[in-house]
Amino acid sequence: MKKTLALLFLVILFTLQYMNASGIQRFPKPEFESGYVQPDTLIPNPRAEVLAYLDIAVLLMALSVVSWLVIKKRSRKGVFWMSLFALAYFGFYREGCVCSIGSIQNVSLALFDKTYLISISALVFFVAPLVYTLFFGRTFCAGVCPFGAMQDLVSFSPQKIGLRLNTVLGIIPYLYLGFAVLYAATGTDFMICRYDPFVGIWRMNASFGMFVFAAVLLISGIFIARPYCRFLCPYGVLLNWASRISRRHMSITPAECIQCRLCENSCPYDAIDMPVTLRNPEDKRTMARKLILITLLIPLLVFVGGWTASLVSEPLASVNAKVRLAKQIINPLTPEGKPETFEIQAFKSAGKQQSQAFTEAAEVLHDFYIGSWILGGFIGLFFGVFVAKRMTSRHRTDYTPNKGNCFSCARCIDFCPVKMPELTENKEVVA
Amino acid sequence: MAKQNRREFLNTLCRGTILTGLAAASGVLVFRSMAGGHCEIGTSCNSCKKSGSCDLPEAMLFRQTVWQLDPAKCIHCGRCAENCVMSPSAVKVVHVYAMCGYCDLCGGYLKPDTQTISTAAENQLCPTSAIKRKFVEDPFYEYTIDEPLCIGCAKCAKGCDAFGNGSLQMQVRHDRCVNCNECAIARHCPADAFSRVPADKPYLLQGIEPKDESKQKS
Repeated sequence: MKKTLALLFLVILFTLQYMNASGIQRFPKPEFESGYVQPDTLIPNPRAEVLAYLDIAVLLMALSVVSWLVIKKRSRKGVFWMSLFALAYFGFYREGCVCSIGSIQNVSLALFDKTYLISISALVFFVAPLVYTLFFGRTFCAGVCPFGAMQDLVSFSPQKIGLRLNTVLGIIPYLYLGFAVLYAATGTDFMICRYDPFVGIWRMNASFGMFVFAAVLLISGIFIARPYCRFLCPYGVLLNWASRISRRHMSITPAECIQCRLCENSCPYDAIDMPVTLRNPEDKRTMARKLILITLLIPLLVFVGGWTASLVSEPLASVNAKVRLAKQIINPLTPEGKPETFEIQAFKSAGKQQSQAFTEAAEVLHDFYIGSWILGGFIGLFFGVFVAKRMTSRHRTDYTPNKGNCFSCARCIDFCPVKMPELTENKEVVA
Repeated sequence: MAKQNRREFLNTLCRGTILTGLAAASGVLVFRSMAGGHCEIGTSCNSCKKSGSCDLPEAMLFRQTVWQLDPAKCIHCGRCAENCVMSPSAVKVVHVYAMCGYCDLCGGYLKPDTQTISTAAENQLCPTSAIKRKFVEDPFYEYTIDEPLCIGCAKCAKGCDAFGNGSLQMQVRHDRCVNCNECAIARHCPADAFSRVPADKPYLLQGIEPKDESKQKS
């Protein structure tokens, strides 16, 4: 009897296998006579909503304190301890999510997809460091970002890495930013989150690839200070731009630079601009010629870059789920007679029309075409500005931090022998 | 002195422009989150399914959201177990007792090719033996999930769905989920069953009566 029952079960299961008739009450609800009490389905709550506002409060507090420590108090020790606090709170406690670097993607998606509602944490984590940087320089990098703190902990023996390598590797953050924005805005993927090296450490849970990536960064970080910050961080590009036009910025000397050269080797990130004497000041004719060349070169590079990228817009788009589905419908991965992929199964059971899938994929491809033009134009613009910078020279007498690259970590401050001037009418010391 | 003023002026101008731009963009995004207004499927709320968790027009005022999967769309492919950033996965099977038939021949507990109906390991669908079967009264058996053992492979949910009442449903468990910015499982779900739901109604279970939701474990 049990055998036939089992066989019957097998037959029924087979026939019902592909009918996704979920939730149908095939068997009636039992009525218990023995006084059995049905247990409740346990549904544990997520993190309390109000704690998101706590995160925002801590972020703003940390930004304010670090900015004060860098600009007013000029204390390397204070910045160091703040960065440890940031590592503990934003890193180990919050497990590094949501972070300012990733918030670029949330904002990109929110700007281009009206149905995506950004959370307030993501928005504030994007805007607040930028605003503080516009006024005080990259104090976020110094003492608030847990990535920076993580890398600072392991930079025991920072080496100078040479101008050429520095320049070449410095291109990567711009590429990363461009691709991250493109993929986030089209709703394809959050690249920055996917390739986040340190979140695996904070969660105590990582795939092998992520673990290797983190190990590589931390080990190389012993000899190359802040490798992620200098050569990978996409948010750093935005902070770089904001810091260049910041109202106040950390300065090595509290008053005047006396060119004592004591701070020359104090920066682990080569972010100090040395004094430059102009040998032969260029005549107006050469400068005018250079200006014309640049005015022609930059738009040309933008156009060439955009056009080149638009040629590869389709391969770039093929990681998008909707595009992949459409391609699978046209060209099934598995031959006839074999079981279909889950995507095709799900598509069929959802009862969607094929035409709808194709329309959605076509929209994504169109978005990628436009996005690729913009991405390529952005890269082209970067190269144009890069060439322009090489063509111009700036006269400089003092040792100043490079406003774009300086992380405001305040290490160089301890090397400067100049004392703060006595308080007179002029209280403000501006870089 | 004149040059310094010019540069400072340009810097201030740029700064002002960027600040204005940031303020404008933030304003737009904030307004969009606040403008509940009317409810149209797919516009105001991401993948709105009118699952009973919507209080529009005041609804989405910067609601904190968490990830959840919709059992109505789930095809029990088993990718939840492989793709979560946590191991074992934050997605586990949940037993909605209210829907369960308490059958002796349970489609979610027993393998399809079982010869006998017993708690023997070779008969169990679950690869980690996370479903416990207990006799209640004739002919009813109670099935409970031992959550720490569950890996989220959905084999039991598939069986229950195919031959049963569908009371075993896959759900994101919020005592385990770290609420990633982009859910790694959502990226790989073939049925597009994952979406963000308000954090105060974080589960999309079928068959749970509204009053039962008050019995929540923090």
